[in-house]
This record gives sequence, structure tokens and C-alpha cells, in this order.
Amino acid sequence: MKKTLVIYFIGLLFGAVFMKAEIISWFRILEMFQFASFHMYGVIGTAVVVGIISVALIKKLQLKTLDGENIQIEYKPFTKGNVIGGLIFGIGWSITGACPGPLFALIGGGYLSIIIVLISAILGTFVYGALKNKLPH
Amino acid sequence: MIEFLKQPLHWSIAGIIIGLTVPALLLVGNKRFGISSALKHLCAICIPNKIPYFQYDWKEQKWLFVFVFGIMSGAFIAEMVIPNPNDMIIADATLQFLAKYNITPGKELIPLSIFSFEKILTLGGFIFMVVGGFLVGFGTRYAEGCTSGHSIYGLATLQWPSLVATICFMIGGILTTNFLLPHLLKLI
Repeated sequence: MKKTLVIYFIGLLFGAVFMKAEIISWFRILEMFQFASFHMYGVIGTAVVVGIISVALIKKLQLKTLDGENIQIEYKPFTKGNVIGGLIFGIGWSITGACPGPLFALIGGGYLSIIIVLISAILGTFVYGALKNKLPH
Repeated sequence: MIEFLKQPLHWSIAGIIIGLTVPALLLVGNKRFGISSALKHLCAICIPNKIPYFQYDWKEQKWLFVFVFGIMSGAFIAEMVIPNPNDMIIADATLQFLAKYNITPGKELIPLSIFSFEKILTLGGFIFMVVGGFLVGFGTRYAEGCTSGHSIYGLATLQWPSLVATICFMIGGILTTNFLLPHLLKLI
């Protein structure tokens, strides 16, 4: 229960930041892909640097989880999907101006028409699952 | 204080908090930061099927729904308590581009002339909402992750396949925005 609450509050802070830094805005994504503004590059770049330092510190200090377990980092092997799927997602990202996290945040923030985009994304995920064995990986 | 919080958040503060999500979730209980997986679990829950890809115990992943519910609540509270009273400040080049299609940004974070329930039956609305959403879902699962899983978590843990994925997200987006979007916006 305590863990669930902590996860909820991490999500809460994250969602509020998404909203207040306008990361979930279609206009900000358009600016990014037009190289018209530094904002999104600043957000993602800072997040990556902070993430790298944090993970390095966790390893160096051998920090444990709340339950006292060792920290385990999942490594995913390379697949052709990283390239083909990545390009396909890039097209969708440009058109909708949103990746999966912002879809949820936009709906929470009151942009209810984004429910259509979310349902379509769930459908896209389903079609991938159905076709998985026929696609190059 | 409230007046300050109503202003848009600087990119550096947003980046720091988003970056800290990676260690926070790891320390809570070895949770891997990645939101597109929620779409997969929603498929496993909502769409009855016998596809092997969706046959797994999604209940083990229910923390992600707690996290996603947190994201939705956070956005809701921010919009209710500390909404930005001013119009969005958009780069000049983007404003000039949008003016060609009669889109004028205001307080809304998305152009309501494109994203609205009424537009779903128009060709433009269908492409922006349904086709676009489909590509996001299909592409992120095929790539095995989205901006959070690859570009933040994957890069933070120095995984080179995530760098490849991130570069491909950017190439796909840059090409679409600069060559395809001008045509799609004519449909609106």
C-alpha cells in the first residue's frame, strides 16, 4: 500500500510537470521537429543527463529498493523494430504531437477528444501484437 | 507563490524532475520507467483475444496503472489549481507556419480545430486523431518502447539500442513534420 501511494505521487508530480512545462502540447512538438525552439531539447536532454547521473549513483552506492532488494536494470537487446517501429512512432508523434505519456496527461488535463487518439493507439498496439510474427525483428 | 506556479515551467526544472523519475521508480521497487507498456496491458485487459503476445499476467504490472492514474491526476490538478492565465508563447517560425493554415495558438495546449470529437468524421480529423494514434501505438510497441522507455530510461541506463530507437523517433518526426504535415494541415 505504501509503495502504491509512492508510485501514485511520483506519477502525480510527473503529470503536473508534463502539463506545466507544456511538454504535452502539440505546438511544442511541432516547434521541436521544426527546430524552432530549444524547449523540448532542453527538457529531454536535461532528463537524460539527470537520469544517467542518478543511475550511476545508484550503482556506485549500491542502493537498495524500499523492500531491500538489489536494484536490477533491464537490458533490452537490439531488434530491427527499434529502427522500423521507431520511424513509425516518429510519424505518429509528429502528427498527434503526443507520445503515450502525454496522451494520458492530456485526457487528465481535460482534453477529452484525445480519448480518440488513445483508443487508436491501443488499437495500433493490438494490431502489432496480432502481426508480430509476420514482421521483421 | 501561486502566481509563480501558474507560469509555464522552465525546461531545466521539468528535465530534472522527469530525469529523477527513473531512479525514483527503481528505488520504489525495480520499476522500469516506460509508459507505452500501459497500452499493451490495456490490450491484454480490454480486448478479448487468443494472441500469444497478450497472454500474460497483467496484474503483475498493475503498478503502471497506478503511475498512469497519477499522471492523469497530476495534469488534472495542475489545470484546476495553477492554470496558465496567458496564451502560449510559440516560436515565430512556427507561428508563421501555422498562420498559413489559419491556426492561431491560444491558451489551449492543442489546436482544437484539429483535435475535437466533431472532426473525427472529416478526413483531416481522422488522419490526425485515428491514423496518428494508431501509428503511435503500433510504432512504440514495434520499437519496444516510447520516449519514456527508450529516450529517458534506455539512455539513462546507457543502452545503445535505445539510442538507435531515439534517433529513429527523431528522423521519423522531423521528416513527417517538414514534408508531410504541410499537406495534412491543408485537410483541416
